[in-house]
Amino acid sequence: MTKVTMTVNGKSVSGEVEGRTLLVDFLRDAQRLTGTHVGCDTSQCGACTVHVDGLQVKSCTMFALEAEGANVTTIEGIGNADGTMSALQASFQEHHGLQCGFCTPGMIMAASSLLKVNPKPTEAEIRHHLEGNICRCTGYHNIVKAIMAASGQDVSAIAAE
Amino acid sequence: MPKDHGIGASPKRREDVRFLTGKGQYTDDINLHGQTYVHFLRSDVAHGIIKSIDTSAAESMPGVVRIFTGADFEGVGGLPCGWQVTDRHGQPMQEPGHPVLARGKVRHVGDPIAAIIAETKEQARDAAEAIGLDIEELPAVVDMVAALAPDAPKVHDELTSNLCYDWGFVEENKAAVDEAFQKAAHVTTLELINNRLVANPMEPRVAVGDYNQANDESTLYTTSQNPHVIRLLMGAFVLGIPEHKLRVVAPDVGGGFGTKIFHYAEEAFVTFASRQIRRPVKWTSTRSEAFMSDAHGRDHKTKIELALDADNNFMAIRTDTYANMGAYLSTFAPSVPTWLHGTLMAGNYKTPLIYVNVKAVFTNTVPVDAYRGAGRPEATFQLERLVDKAARELGVDPIALRRQNFITQFPYATPVAVEYDTGNYVATMDRMEEIMDLSGFEARRKASEAKGKWRGLGVNCYIEACGIAPSNLVGQLGARAGLYDAATVRVNATGSISVMVGAHSHGQGHETTFPQVIAEMIGIDESQVDIVHGDSSKIPFGMGTYGSRSLAVCGSAMVRAAEKVIRKAKKIAAHLLEASEADIELKDGKFSVAGTDKECAWGDVTLAAYVPHNYPLEDIEPGLEETAFYDPANFTYPSGAYACEVEVDPETGKVTIEKFAAADDFGNVVNPMIVEGQVHGGIAQGIGQALLEAAVYDENGQLQSASYMDYAMPRADDLPFYIVDHSCCTPCTHNPLGVKGCGEAGAIGSPPAVVNAVIDALASGGKNVPHIDMPLTPHRVWKAINQ
Repeated sequence: MTKVTMTVNGKSVSGEVEGRTLLVDFLRDAQRLTGTHVGCDTSQCGACTVHVDGLQVKSCTMFALEAEGANVTTIEGIGNADGTMSALQASFQEHHGLQCGFCTPGMIMAASSLLKVNPKPTEAEIRHHLEGNICRCTGYHNIVKAIMAASGQDVSAIAAE
Repeated sequence: MPKDHGIGASPKRREDVRFLTGKGQYTDDINLHGQTYVHFLRSDVAHGIIKSIDTSAAESMPGVVRIFTGADFEGVGGLPCGWQVTDRHGQPMQEPGHPVLARGKVRHVGDPIAAIIAETKEQARDAAEAIGLDIEELPAVVDMVAALAPDAPKVHDELTSNLCYDWGFVEENKAAVDEAFQKAAHVTTLELINNRLVANPMEPRVAVGDYNQANDESTLYTTSQNPHVIRLLMGAFVLGIPEHKLRVVAPDVGGGFGTKIFHYAEEAFVTFASRQIRRPVKWTSTRSEAFMSDAHGRDHKTKIELALDADNNFMAIRTDTYANMGAYLSTFAPSVPTWLHGTLMAGNYKTPLIYVNVKAVFTNTVPVDAYRGAGRPEATFQLERLVDKAARELGVDPIALRRQNFITQFPYATPVAVEYDTGNYVATMDRMEEIMDLSGFEARRKASEAKGKWRGLGVNCYIEACGIAPSNLVGQLGARAGLYDAATVRVNATGSISVMVGAHSHGQGHETTFPQVIAEMIGIDESQVDIVHGDSSKIPFGMGTYGSRSLAVCGSAMVRAAEKVIRKAKKIAAHLLEASEADIELKDGKFSVAGTDKECAWGDVTLAAYVPHNYPLEDIEPGLEETAFYDPANFTYPSGAYACEVEVDPETGKVTIEKFAAADDFGNVVNPMIVEGQVHGGIAQGIGQALLEAAVYDENGQLQSASYMDYAMPRADDLPFYIVDHSCCTPCTHNPLGVKGCGEAGAIGSPPAVVNAVIDALASGGKNVPHIDMPLTPHRVWKAINQ
């Protein structure tokens, strides 16, 4: 076992991990940050997406030890400082961009990462960016719409609510 | 102006905040004090004899608590099947045993052989590798037709063959159907495969067993769509635990789509093992495990024929299907290709004669059971592909041929035993043509041609049968359970309400929609109403959520319970207002005496019910809480017309969905936003089946598509925005809300639209291809173009 220390959602945390412990397991099991989910074992589904030093990362593709000294943000730390939901989170609720909620944390982390570098993405850019995140419930319609709306675009012409 | 509250409004979902902030409580988020972890050692061969299992080395590995094998389940029941189908000769289906852990033989890749419990999941996994397993591999049967050959290897040695049943429906119609085909002016024939799918809810299955020695109670936390069904099956048939000592909790569940209906071995195992080792036992499926242990869906091989007269009227339909059961009978598997499939073969058409034959077959594959739509997509796909093929052969417009044969009078008794209470297929077709802008299609086709692409239009109709019922009928058909549901409306002293429901929400938004109904009935704010679901210790005995039944069945129970509450509240109000009960009216949360200005508030009455100082105690009991069970009189029959436009790249065979429209008739709609979301998701799964998804076995029974690397799930860039509409409304005539159900429609209605569109696109490019089996991958389409 090796000690690992990192900053998670602004707080310094540390723990003893095996070399094979994945970052997602460290977050879920050791830190009890269960908002980050595991939906597959081949890094395809994106339910485990977090930010590491500001970059979008699938936390099942990274060992906990690789995050030594890193600054990690999870779904629990993505909201506004006063505890309310961010504009992106609120937009997902407003536009019914989630159903069972399991892929949702990964979608929010992926979409917020996109909006940081591309504040007004087109529909095609959003769909392309979400290529690594699978949702089985929504058919993506309302996810794409929610992200467009969160970026200040008029979505009233997109069919249906 | 859309409504802003109550039935017909689209309040935002109250469950969203916890999911958007990472505060959802899914089963894998539950961690109990002192819990252990189990890893299942699964068969890596499809068929074999277990010669020996040596666990001695594994038992001394670090952290190992105990290892179980099939031998530890002596005297324990097997996993039961919930539906017995009777074959066309009046004999019950062949029903093999299904042990919790394999005994004697393994019958599919993924069959659990041993269970290793350890202090950590890594230790359990490590120890599994130290188990010595000697399996004598046997030839496997994978293909359904080959499995019925007289010399085929038998999946279950104790059965006479691999045939589960040979079902004929309606058997008495068979001769008349055959005669109609002899007299027909034209017969269209189609052979097809309805591809095997994996439901793939994003949350893999999880089960946590927790035995409490102090009161001899077991609790199972599980990713289930129906906790009471699991309690009933596992308690009564597998482990022999009486209901009052067994609690089943399904907390937030990350999608189900049918595959979380069934009672699985892992649930029984963790409950059993926790009682043995006196510690909690947790199992979390990996995705790879899910592919080889979650029940799969579809997998039919079908030949269907349509007889038409000289005026293109449908005279008769005849269909023969092989349906894969897999290696064991999953909970509701036998009902899917029969009562959920044969009864739908009339579709939207007034075909007077129909005969359906289904042969259900055991193979060395994962069990197959209900997946979104369950039987109804299979029926719709073959029928709607067949009608399209007939139109092409006859040189008539496929929409006109459908319209000509539509059922237009309701109620309508089909020749396959069901009676449609209501519908308007002309209206949904009209609406579809409008929202799809069909009149602009030719211009869009020309634009595609200018880019070197072939554009095609595919259209189809569907009907669905939701809320399977009534119980006394399904009992005659072989169901071993009732199919009612239940709700308790508990009014609190200050007027707020908790509603305990048997339905389970795993994405459907019941926590938002069910309060809309109660709020509308009483005239209070929705925020005054909360829903409790998913915990057998808190809710009345209900059958859960599947088959688009939640609102039609459980919602009806809730309405009945609320009506009882209102009746009693009116008696209390009559006492408080010193008026006759018959004169009391309830509106906007106030009780008033008709024709006077006397009134009292909802809260005055509820408080009086719990603080009965001024109360008719001689006539009625204090308190305000009522339960109702609701057993529907019939199925509900949603229907619709769907259209898809595709572009095919003739160079590569790649298909892109350019436009998709769905015009549905769901009867009354409680929350349009949520209904539309359900349709979006269903369409995406249907497009996934049509273009991308396939669970593929090789001839040795190895599952070749056992991860997201190999099983192609639809992603955001595979799909367009959809145009959906539910303005055509013929309310259900037999439930109090007039609702029909919307959860499966998209998955039922979309696959034929996509395939019809691709066939049309190829025809526009001069390639007259009668059929391509799903999924329509670039390779398959390219081959069809170039053959």
